[in-house]
Amino acid sequence: MTTATLAGTRSRRITRPLQYVALAAYIIFLGFPLLFLLITAFKTPQELQSPNPAFLPQQFNFDNFAAAIEKANLWQAAGNSLFVAVLTTLIVTVISLPAAYALARFRTKLRGVATGWILLSQVFPFILIIIPLFLVLKQIGLINNLFGLVLVYTVWSLPFALWMLQGYVAGVPAELEEAGAMDGASRFRVLRSIVLPLLAPGLVATSLFTFISSWNEFFFALVLIQDPKLQTLPLTLARFVGAEGQVQLGQLAAASLLATIPSLIFFALIQRRLTSGLMSGAVKG
Amino acid sequence: MTTTAQSVIIPTTPPDPNDGKRRKRPKVGGIHRGGRDAWLLVLPALIPVVLFSVYPLAQGILLGFTDAKAGLNQTVTFNGLDNYAQLLSNELFWNSFRIGLIWAFGVTILQFFCALGLALLLNLDLKLRWLARTLALVPWAMPPVIIAIMWRLMLNPTYGPINGFLRSIGLPGDINWLGDFSTALPAVIVVGVWAGMPQTTITLLAGLQNVSAELHEAAAIDGASTFRRFWHITLPSLRPVIVAITTLDLIWNFNSFALVYVLTAGGPGGQTMLPMLFAYNEAFRYGNFGYAAAMGNVMVIIIAAFLFFYLRSQARSRLS
Repeated sequence: MTTATLAGTRSRRITRPLQYVALAAYIIFLGFPLLFLLITAFKTPQELQSPNPAFLPQQFNFDNFAAAIEKANLWQAAGNSLFVAVLTTLIVTVISLPAAYALARFRTKLRGVATGWILLSQVFPFILIIIPLFLVLKQIGLINNLFGLVLVYTVWSLPFALWMLQGYVAGVPAELEEAGAMDGASRFRVLRSIVLPLLAPGLVATSLFTFISSWNEFFFALVLIQDPKLQTLPLTLARFVGAEGQVQLGQLAAASLLATIPSLIFFALIQRRLTSGLMSGAVKG
Repeated sequence: MTTTAQSVIIPTTPPDPNDGKRRKRPKVGGIHRGGRDAWLLVLPALIPVVLFSVYPLAQGILLGFTDAKAGLNQTVTFNGLDNYAQLLSNELFWNSFRIGLIWAFGVTILQFFCALGLALLLNLDLKLRWLARTLALVPWAMPPVIIAIMWRLMLNPTYGPINGFLRSIGLPGDINWLGDFSTALPAVIVVGVWAGMPQTTITLLAGLQNVSAELHEAAAIDGASTFRRFWHITLPSLRPVIVAITTLDLIWNFNSFALVYVLTAGGPGGQTMLPMLFAYNEAFRYGNFGYAAAMGNVMVIIIAAFLFFYLRSQARSRLS
C-alpha cells in the first residue's frame, strides 16, 4: 500500500506538468481559431492588409458587422434561415410526438422498422437521395421554394428527433398513465395533463436540436435553392467566400460570427442533455 | 440526419423503452395493445417519410442503372451496368475514391487519438478542465460552412496566423496551404479533425466514466503502472465504444461534403475531391443524374462494407 502511493506521487510529480502542457495544447488547438475569427471581425481592412499585422485589433470597431449585414443581405438570409428552421421545428415536433409515443409504448413491428430506419438515415450518402428528391420537388414546383426546403429538412431531421423523443417518453413511468386511467380520465386527458408536462424538457431539447440542424444545414439548400433572395445563411456565407477576392475579410468574419450566435445559444441550452444522452447511448453501445 | 456528420450525435443503440422493467408491457385501460392505434399515431410521420425519403431512395438506387440527365422532358432508359463500367474506367472516379479513403481514414484515426487524449485529460481532476470541455463542444454547434470559413482565414497564405507564426520563428511562412498540391489534403484533414472532435471526445469520455474504478485501484495497489492499467483495464473496457465511434466517424467522414466544399471545392487539381463532391459535380454541374446516382450506389456498397466489419466485431465481442 505504501509503496504504491509512493510510486503514485513520484510519477505524479512528473506527469502533472505534462498533463497541463497537453491540456494547454488542446485549449490552443480548439480555441485559437475561434479567437482568431473574433479578432478578425473587429479589424479594419488596413489592419488586415498590413504585412506585419498586430495580433489584437488597434481598437474595436463594429464597422464590419454593419457592413456585412448591409452588403451580404444578411438580414434577408437570416430571415430565410429563421423561417425554414422554425417551421421545420414546429412540423417535426408535432408529427414526431405521437410517433415517438407509439414507438416507446407499443410493442409492434414498427419499433424494429423505425430503429433500422433511424440508424440507416445516419449512414446514408445524401447524393443518392438528393437527385430523385430534386426531380420530385421540381415536379411539384418546390425547387427554389422555402417550403420545399422545409419539407426536406422535416424528413431529414425526423429520425433523430424521433429517437431522442422516444427516449424521453420511455422515461415517463407508465404507472402514471395507469393511475390516470383508473381515475377515469380519458386517454387524451391522460396524455395532455400527465404525460405532456413531464415530456416538456425533452420536447424543448428535441426542438432546439432540430432547429440547430436546420439552421446549419448546407447541402440540401445548395442544391434546392438558387434564387439569391431565398438563400439561407450558410448558402449566403459560402457564396461570400467564393468571391473572396472582392470581399473584406473582416466582414466575412463578422458575418460568420453573427450567423453562429443563434445555434451557439441554443446549443448552450441543451448541451447538458445532449451529452448525457450520448453518454447513455455510448454506455449501452 | 446531416450532410456533415460532425453536427449530430448518433444513436449507437436506441434506448430500450422497457429498460430495467421486466414486467409485461404497461396496460392503460387496455390501450397499449398496439396494432391499429400504434399505426395511427405513427402515420403523420410515416407519410412524409415514405413520400420524401423512402420513395426517392428507391428511385435513387434505380437511377444508378439509367442514363438519366438533368431536365425533365427526356426519355430515361435503363443501361444496366454501363454507368459502373464508365466509373471504373474513369480516372477521376478512382482519384476521388482514393482521396475519400485517405480523408476518411486520416480524419478518423487522427481524431480518435486526439479525442482519446483529450477525453483522458478531461477525466482527470485538472484546473481549466471546464475551459477545454466547453471549447471541445463548440464545433458541434457551429455550422460546417462557418467552420470552413474560419479555417480559410486561419490558413490564408498572407494574413493567416499559421504562416504568421512560421514567419515569427524564422521559417518560410508563405505556404499556400489550401492551394498547394502537397498541403491541401493534409490541411483539410486537420480541419476535419477540429470539426469532428466533439462527438468522439464526449463519446470516449462517456466510456471512460464507465470504466471500473475499483479495478483500477486494485491494480494500483498491486503495483501496476499507469500505462499498464491503461492498457489492460481502460482500453479493453472502452473497446465497444471505440469500435462504435470509429466506425460511425469513418462513415460520416466518407460522406462529408460542406466542410471541404467551402474550403477547397475539391481543388487544387482534384487533390481534395471527396466522393460526395465528385458526385455533386457530376449531378448538379454536368447534369449526369444517372451517373451520379451510380456513384451513390458505389458509396453505399463501401459504407455497407464498413458496417459489415463493425457488426462482425460487435458480434465477436458479444461472444467473448
